[in-house]
Amino acid sequence: MPTEILMPALSPTMTEGKLARWLVKEGDEVASGDVLAEIETDKATMEVEAVDEGVIGKILIDGDTDNVAVNTPIALLLEEGEDASAVDNYSGGEAAAPAAEAEAEAEAEAEESPASGGSNAVMPVAANAKGYDASQEIPAGTEMKSTSVREALRDAMAEEMRGDERVFIMGEEVAEYQGAYKVTQGLLDEFGPRRVIDTPITEHGFAGVGVGAAFHGLRPIVEFMTFNFAMQAIDQIVNSAAKTRYMSGGQMASPMVFRGPNGAASRVGAQHSQCFAAWYGHVPGLIVVAPHTAADAKGLLKSAIRDDNPVIFLENEILYGHSFDVPVMDDFTIPLGKAKVARSGDDVTIVSFGMGMTYALGAAEKLAEDGISAEVIDLRTIRPLDMDTVLASVRKTNRCVTVEEGWPQHGVGAELSAQIMEKAFDYLDAPVIRVAGKDVPMPYAANLEKLALPSVQEVVEASKLVTYRK
Amino acid sequence: MAKAASTTRRRKAKVDPELTKKYFRDMLLIRRFEEKAGQIYGMGLIGGFCHLYIGQEAVVVGMQSTINDDDAVITSYRDHGHMLACDMDPKGVMAELTGREGGYSKGKGGSMHMFSKEKNFYGGHGIVGACVPLGTGLAFSQKYQDNGQVTLCYMGDGTVNQGQVYESFNMAELWDLPVVYVIENNEYAMGTSVKRASSQPELYRRGESFNVPGEQVDGMDVFAVAEAGRKAVEWARSGKGPYILEMKTYRYRGHSMSDPAKYRSKEEVNKKRAESDPIERVREKLLNEKIYTEEELKEIDREVKSIVAEAVEFAQESPEPHPDELMTDITA
Repeated sequence: MPTEILMPALSPTMTEGKLARWLVKEGDEVASGDVLAEIETDKATMEVEAVDEGVIGKILIDGDTDNVAVNTPIALLLEEGEDASAVDNYSGGEAAAPAAEAEAEAEAEAEESPASGGSNAVMPVAANAKGYDASQEIPAGTEMKSTSVREALRDAMAEEMRGDERVFIMGEEVAEYQGAYKVTQGLLDEFGPRRVIDTPITEHGFAGVGVGAAFHGLRPIVEFMTFNFAMQAIDQIVNSAAKTRYMSGGQMASPMVFRGPNGAASRVGAQHSQCFAAWYGHVPGLIVVAPHTAADAKGLLKSAIRDDNPVIFLENEILYGHSFDVPVMDDFTIPLGKAKVARSGDDVTIVSFGMGMTYALGAAEKLAEDGISAEVIDLRTIRPLDMDTVLASVRKTNRCVTVEEGWPQHGVGAELSAQIMEKAFDYLDAPVIRVAGKDVPMPYAANLEKLALPSVQEVVEASKLVTYRK
Repeated sequence: MAKAASTTRRRKAKVDPELTKKYFRDMLLIRRFEEKAGQIYGMGLIGGFCHLYIGQEAVVVGMQSTINDDDAVITSYRDHGHMLACDMDPKGVMAELTGREGGYSKGKGGSMHMFSKEKNFYGGHGIVGACVPLGTGLAFSQKYQDNGQVTLCYMGDGTVNQGQVYESFNMAELWDLPVVYVIENNEYAMGTSVKRASSQPELYRRGESFNVPGEQVDGMDVFAVAEAGRKAVEWARSGKGPYILEMKTYRYRGHSMSDPAKYRSKEEVNKKRAESDPIERVREKLLNEKIYTEEELKEIDREVKSIVAEAVEFAQESPEPHPDELMTDITA
């Protein structure tokens, strides 16, 4: 049977085109790769090449024909051993699915119900979701030791490096300099230059090297001197680290941690003061963690290093020097994706994370003096977002204020607010209010920087607004 | 100390009959597979972007013959040939092109995003330049594990103007990583010729600032590729660090299926095909050296065609991924 040469599509959107002219005629011998004809669309002229070798038996559609539907047979090719009579028996067009039929099929498919998770059509009220109880993370009676966030992070890395040969850390000044913020102090001495690696200033490059090493079976910790510099590397973080598990159908992944200080420090200006929680929180495939206390920093970083996903671990330069009680335990970990009720209360829920927790807790103290009982929730993980714990609290207090140092538009507070509205609309007695960094690049002047950041006072005011106590 | 770059001369090497047969068959498989992919793209069975490797077959077939099964391979988006040369199943590759369950990524990756842990093929990357740090990271892991393996990191002539390539060259040389960077110079980055994009068009010299040695190779000659490849792989494997091979090659088709390729003349393409087709060169050698008869060559052609036909059949019969697959494989 002769082979049909079909009208090709030049792009996924092309449905028909003009068969402009034939460059071969009936009886011509052709080999694969020979140009047979030219077709035109509104965008371009393209050549139709032969795929098989043989003799052009019959031209079914003449040159200079408009509106030839894709997949219409335009000629018949006789293969080796076939003679011209074969074309006489050709009955035509069986192989090609007529365009109308294909369209009908596509429409029928579109009506199929989308997969679970793909639809928001159902009112997603989660009235029964229970909040997470973080109080069981540290067994009663455990000895506690005052530790800075800086030391807690270092201890977490050292413990995991002792336990797993695949774990290494790379970044700028992490080894001989002992860390730009001294977070990696002592690691080079203990683990040596094979596992504690100073990189050149080359964020895009070493982030990609880290992802490649993770593909190949290692467990890299990639330190960014600050997450501001990770913008140079964001393609490798998003396109390579976050998406590969999905794009490979689950075959390949990048179990690794990207960590470093995030957000404003003190008077370092616009290019060194940005919060990236919302940016990374946007991306499926990433886990995003932003601890406040030293205990959470340690327990979460240990979990992050062991996790099989790429984890963005957002620290804060100011918090590095803050000390908190850390349990003295052989192997203290905190699960990723679980928020913590940092302070119980009944009148208003204040949700924050990282450095924002200092404003949230400060405000709760002040509010207590005025007789307002605030419940403060520390998200700890930004993605996946522990909405159960937030919603359980909002159902109790019926009010919510979110606090973050990042910008308001499309921020973490915006997402919280949207989800609370979707899932607990009937429980709200006031709109959710966002307290966020102001919508400006961070100024340098001391007074302006202070104004650009959230403050305890702003959180107090917002809380009073939603409790109608002003 | 700067290592001098040099250009490999073609020299008369002894013809190894078995290797020559393998080169021919492997290149032909890629050629026929890609022709078929182009054809079924035209029938609407393949969506989105589809970048064909036709014309460049000698590069990947020659290079792959120089490494071991446990060595790592990574490339950019023109990746079908690399997967076949890594001995990945043509059925799985074709079924990924058609977006079906039986594809290497269960239909979720597509032409540019395929992987095989089993065959040590690390993608298939759609962002130009990204595979270079990633490949350098594979080599980092190989050195970290001290396992004697090497990485072949393929890229195009368009890639070499991305900054991350140089960040990678620097680290690879600094840390003596076992990686061979294979620049497939097919003369055009989409529609922009090397001359219009590169202040230094001799791409094998792009590592000079980092002390990475480089060499230019006739990428249309599978024997020249393999010879240069063996030296470069040996260099990397012996702990001397990275090596750059610039393969002078040519793609016959447009950049992607929807590229009319108006930036070059038909005469240019035809001349290349007629004078330096990598498969024809080996075919001639096989006949001249009396390794194969015409009939035996035809038999190979038939065998290859039937493999491709089976792949197409599989790629059409394999079902689309189940809707539940939408929300799987996002995180562990």
